[in-house]
Amino acid sequence: MYAIEILGLEKTYSVGFWRMKPKVALKPLHLNVEEGEIFGFLGPNGAGKTTTLKMLMGLVFPSGGSARILGMDINDPAIKAQIGFLPEQPYFYDYLTAQELLEYYGRLSGVVDKYLPKRVENVLARVGLPDVAGVQLRKFSKGMLQRVGIAQAILHDPKIVFFDEPMSGLDPMGRREVRDLMQQLKKEGKTVFFSTHILSDAEALCDRVAVIHLGELRAVGAVAELTSSVHGKIEIVWEGSVVPAALKGMGAEYVVTGDTARAVLPEESQDLAIDALRREKLRLVSIVPVRTTLEQYFVEKLKRSEHSAGGGA
Amino acid sequence: MNSRIACIASNTFREAVRDRVLYNLIAFALLLSGAAILVGQISIDIEKLVVINLGLTAVSLFGVVIAIFIGIGLVSKEIEKRTLYTVLSRPVRRWEFIVGKFFGLAGTLVVNAFFMAIGVFAALLYVAHRFEKPDAWVLVALYFIILQFLMICSLALLFSSFSSPLLSAVFAFSLFVIGTFSEDLRNFAAMATGFTKWLTTAVAYLVPNFSALNVIGSVAHGQPVSASLIFYNTVYALMYSTMALCGGILIFQRRNLK
Repeated sequence: MYAIEILGLEKTYSVGFWRMKPKVALKPLHLNVEEGEIFGFLGPNGAGKTTTLKMLMGLVFPSGGSARILGMDINDPAIKAQIGFLPEQPYFYDYLTAQELLEYYGRLSGVVDKYLPKRVENVLARVGLPDVAGVQLRKFSKGMLQRVGIAQAILHDPKIVFFDEPMSGLDPMGRREVRDLMQQLKKEGKTVFFSTHILSDAEALCDRVAVIHLGELRAVGAVAELTSSVHGKIEIVWEGSVVPAALKGMGAEYVVTGDTARAVLPEESQDLAIDALRREKLRLVSIVPVRTTLEQYFVEKLKRSEHSAGGGA
Repeated sequence: MNSRIACIASNTFREAVRDRVLYNLIAFALLLSGAAILVGQISIDIEKLVVINLGLTAVSLFGVVIAIFIGIGLVSKEIEKRTLYTVLSRPVRRWEFIVGKFFGLAGTLVVNAFFMAIGVFAALLYVAHRFEKPDAWVLVALYFIILQFLMICSLALLFSSFSSPLLSAVFAFSLFVIGTFSEDLRNFAAMATGFTKWLTTAVAYLVPNFSALNVIGSVAHGQPVSASLIFYNTVYALMYSTMALCGGILIFQRRNLK
């Protein structure tokens, strides 16, 4: 059984006041997420990430298709006890204290009253807010609210956690803590589905990612799989400020900084490049394969899809 | 009441208290004590009449204003601020949310009316020095005012489920004003003919009949309220509120929270 099974979920809004025009927010999406994995849902702003999450949460009704979470239809209210959700830029009842807010959400999620205080205390400690339980949320910073948001999403010990841009508003330390928390959730056997446009986070955390752009799924797979599909290059570094002419002839992209020079060139030119350096009696420092980052992959993928969309138009 | 509805209702009540809604009681107390002292000095034999009229009208108006101003934002504000997302992503059905909000607001108004009622009776005691048997009818008038609150709460929630707070306020206030004169509208319908009669009759029965729930004038004169009126008003107000609430739920059930 999949943790999340999206079966052709789609959404079209009607926009305009007088003459309503259809606007496609999400084309039929088919996606499966395994239990226990951290799954990244990547895409630029306006790609359809939040729309997908809102449909899974029952906040927006799909125009077509369906989805199942842990084998149950998303319209079944019973499934909601098994999931936690952090919306993008969350806003909470600011007249409540952190403790009151979490107790409120705990009760709505069906947590038994006698376990609530301990549960709230533990979850606040877990998100790094152990000392502000009695402080009203109107006094919280953006980063603290984001932590409260994460706390409310995991408070009732759900099996699947959905985070919409969980790192937004957090400082580097906070981002690190959230990353650790997500990895900890995975260790506990939970499934984490999170949307982000910060690719380094996805690269560091995700077992698999899906790339979505203009409401359409562009790719799904493990980060290594996706990035290996781009042809490999090597980076060669040597001492000195001289760049051999042979190297330039190979079409290398080179840069000289102080007493060190480096060049990036296709993998197959490696031996010729070493020979060229030897001929010039230059001291080789290192040769390393250039790994395509998820960001490079992402940019290339989106460029290609924009070209094909433009070509088709 | 299921626990989720109770939880949402108590949070709505807590929000009203923390937003200092009950501070209106201070204004009410000042108004009533000032009026009681003034009336005690300038009127002869009609002190009770003036205090009951003024007191109950103030209870009604303060409550209506609170019901409309809180009611119109109950759903739209939660959508606008996105606080609803973390509620509806839990095992909470949309109808439970609306019903919880309704009970929370109704509870706030009942508590508010309770303290105001104490004020009215205190002012009455101040001007008359003792209670008499007909003063008990003031309680019936207060009960009818609470029924009015229930109807206004449900209407404000209905409007809040599909329109902006400003439009909801306009709709709710308009209905309150028209409803207050619904008896005149019915009389006009009885005299009209043709399409006008059909239209005015339809409007007269559609708008809430607040005039039937207003017995302030008669209880101020110590006149009793018949048991049948209490019964029919109760049934009418509960049915009207339920229908308005169901309308709000039906709209909200289909609403996309963009």
